[in-house]
Amino acid sequence: MRRRTLLTAAPLAAAGAAGLAACGSSSGSGSNSDTLTYWASNQGTSLENDKEVLTPVLEKFTEETGIDVSLEVIGWGDLQTRIQTAITSGQGPDVVNIGNTWGVSLQATGGLLELGDEQFEALGGRDRYVPAALATGGAEGTDPTSIPLYGLAYGMYYNVKMFEDAGVEPPTTWEEMVEAAKALTDPEGDVWGMSLAAGSYTENNHFAFINATQNGAALNTKDGKPSFTEDGVIDGILRYLDLMQTDKVVDPSNAQFDNGTKSVTAFANGKAAMIINQNNANATIESQGMTPDQFKAIPFPAPADAVSDCASHLAGINLAAMRDTENEEGALQFMKFMTSPETQEELGEPFASLPVLVDGEPTFTEDAEQAEMFMEIYSERAEPLPLVPWEDQYETTVGQAMNEMFATIATGGTVTREDVMTAMQTAQDSIRV
Amino acid sequence: MSSLTAPEDTTTPPKVPDARPPRRSRRHLFPYLIIAPAVLLELLIHIIPMATGFWMSFVELTKFFIRRWLEAPFVGLENYSIAIDLNTPVGQELLNSFLVTVAFTALVVGLSWGLGMAAAVALQRPFRGRGVFRTLFLIPYALPLYASVITWNFMLQRDTGVINHVLVDQLGILDGAPFWLIGDNAFVSVVVVAIWRMWPFAFLMFMAGLQSIPGELYEASAIDGAGPMRQWRSVTLPMLAPVNQTMLLVMFLWVFNDFNTPYVLFGSAQPPAGDLISFHIYNASFLSWDFGVGSAMSVLLLLFLLAVSLVYLYFTQWKKEKRNA
Repeated sequence: MRRRTLLTAAPLAAAGAAGLAACGSSSGSGSNSDTLTYWASNQGTSLENDKEVLTPVLEKFTEETGIDVSLEVIGWGDLQTRIQTAITSGQGPDVVNIGNTWGVSLQATGGLLELGDEQFEALGGRDRYVPAALATGGAEGTDPTSIPLYGLAYGMYYNVKMFEDAGVEPPTTWEEMVEAAKALTDPEGDVWGMSLAAGSYTENNHFAFINATQNGAALNTKDGKPSFTEDGVIDGILRYLDLMQTDKVVDPSNAQFDNGTKSVTAFANGKAAMIINQNNANATIESQGMTPDQFKAIPFPAPADAVSDCASHLAGINLAAMRDTENEEGALQFMKFMTSPETQEELGEPFASLPVLVDGEPTFTEDAEQAEMFMEIYSERAEPLPLVPWEDQYETTVGQAMNEMFATIATGGTVTREDVMTAMQTAQDSIRV
Repeated sequence: MSSLTAPEDTTTPPKVPDARPPRRSRRHLFPYLIIAPAVLLELLIHIIPMATGFWMSFVELTKFFIRRWLEAPFVGLENYSIAIDLNTPVGQELLNSFLVTVAFTALVVGLSWGLGMAAAVALQRPFRGRGVFRTLFLIPYALPLYASVITWNFMLQRDTGVINHVLVDQLGILDGAPFWLIGDNAFVSVVVVAIWRMWPFAFLMFMAGLQSIPGELYEASAIDGAGPMRQWRSVTLPMLAPVNQTMLLVMFLWVFNDFNTPYVLFGSAQPPAGDLISFHIYNASFLSWDFGVGSAMSVLLLLFLLAVSLVYLYFTQWKKEKRNA
């Protein structure tokens, strides 16, 4: 009797194990025409906050179309790996958020749905979107695989009272910014002119790009190869590093700041008079205790003799459908809904994003002057990061090299121009085109 | 005349066998059925992923092919040559990572072994409060990994961490507050945290091993005039040899492959001084989207660990067994 039970149980256990394995390998949507799976990136103050903001919006979509949306909000630390896994297995969501700087790298995988004329017709046309923002969705001359959803741009936030007390005017050039920062720095009192996310490779690669662009240098050659060792790139990076090294207006401890929120905290606590942050920093600054009248934002300045007045890279979040979606029509309907003027307006405030539509109105702040300033940067003074498949490798190699150089400075070492050149040559040689 | 014995009737049909299979064959099938689930799981969890990783190391599995990974072009040993080419940053960084990991493993295994042994010997004899110490010593082993390492991350922060507060403000051992998570000190930090996690395992193993040593051996050696050090050298260590043999190998493999400690302690961008090889391979694969080269690095790591393990087993077990035979 006992043996018979075991004989029956063994194949059942094997079948169960195989079944479990099969379940494990298919985390996918299993979509049909009535459902969509949506992976949203973390935009709000927490994953839970994102769900609270998005749920009523998605319910509206369901009411309009009869299509249910299964939402999963994913933190930025996990999103890229999750997308890789989804592309490899073909078992991902139907629609996904991506960082817009990954647009061309993800396009190269072939895992995202190409958006040709037919698809753009379903999306309401290409002309709806800010052209530069739409350009982040794919390599030049190709059909993009993502469309802009939330726009973001860097600005320089300053503490109004600290500036007034020191008798300092908001700077308009790099040199004025450094002078102002020096006037506001008091290492003995642990107060610094600026705070940087100097241990964050994502932030660092953005500023390598912005400073290089201000010098008129590009990170890629005309035929799409990396060119990190141009004088303009090296000088731009060194200028940024010198805020901590030579100008000494940045607390060396910032070399441990591995995300932008830590510099926001230093700013909100009165430890730093200025921070350079994307426009969605407002909510975080206010959540840390500052009132809207206590801080203002101005464009991140360029040197007086700069070739370009670039103040930001073209930042933001894009929206893409997976190539393996079983509900392409529904996915395109959803993408159109998420980028409709109404939804853009509704999400612009809680996520502090800039509109990506040509006739969109910013709703992320009640400060009309600040809104206008960020819109001007986004539409006129922001350049996209290299629109090449190796862009993701650029972010990692250059960003991490800058982390290490900031660490050298913070721990008492010196970074020379030759050191920057060597680091950029190494980063360039690491990239497989 | 004696009558002849009638010949055996060969025409009699043989006895028809039982229609049911003999019990013996069913008995033969039974063990296979019992181990089938385990074999299946082993295949799914270890063998197939390992074989896939080995295959991946021979193909150009970059972002351009991850969706059609079965169609990735075969490149032979190219991924291996990229991984070990010391004229390129990839090879130089892999060598740096390997050397850091060797030093890390030697320190963590050696010091964890010493601490575990010392604590187990100290707690061998009964005294009041022994149970409390045992529990305290085992806490690091019982704590969830993420929670404990992230706590170390907070403690090691330069300005707000309790380590600098104690060393600089309270004890005055250091003049200025050093960085622990960036620069060269990152190596010290990851070693300390790994030892903190690993030594209770050695302690636990030694406690179990010590309990199996007969008390008479100590009594006899004491009668012969052996002091505590001599007893430790001539009784404890030899009797713990079987425990040591297994434990050192296991600790070596765990520590050399440690991914979680640097990942949680340093985040996604670890400093060169703390660039442990498992995390280095993860970076090469997932951040650079170059799974071919990442797999080649993994296979090289596997071969290295296999070679070290075989040499170790040869000297600690097989050679000894041969000698005894």
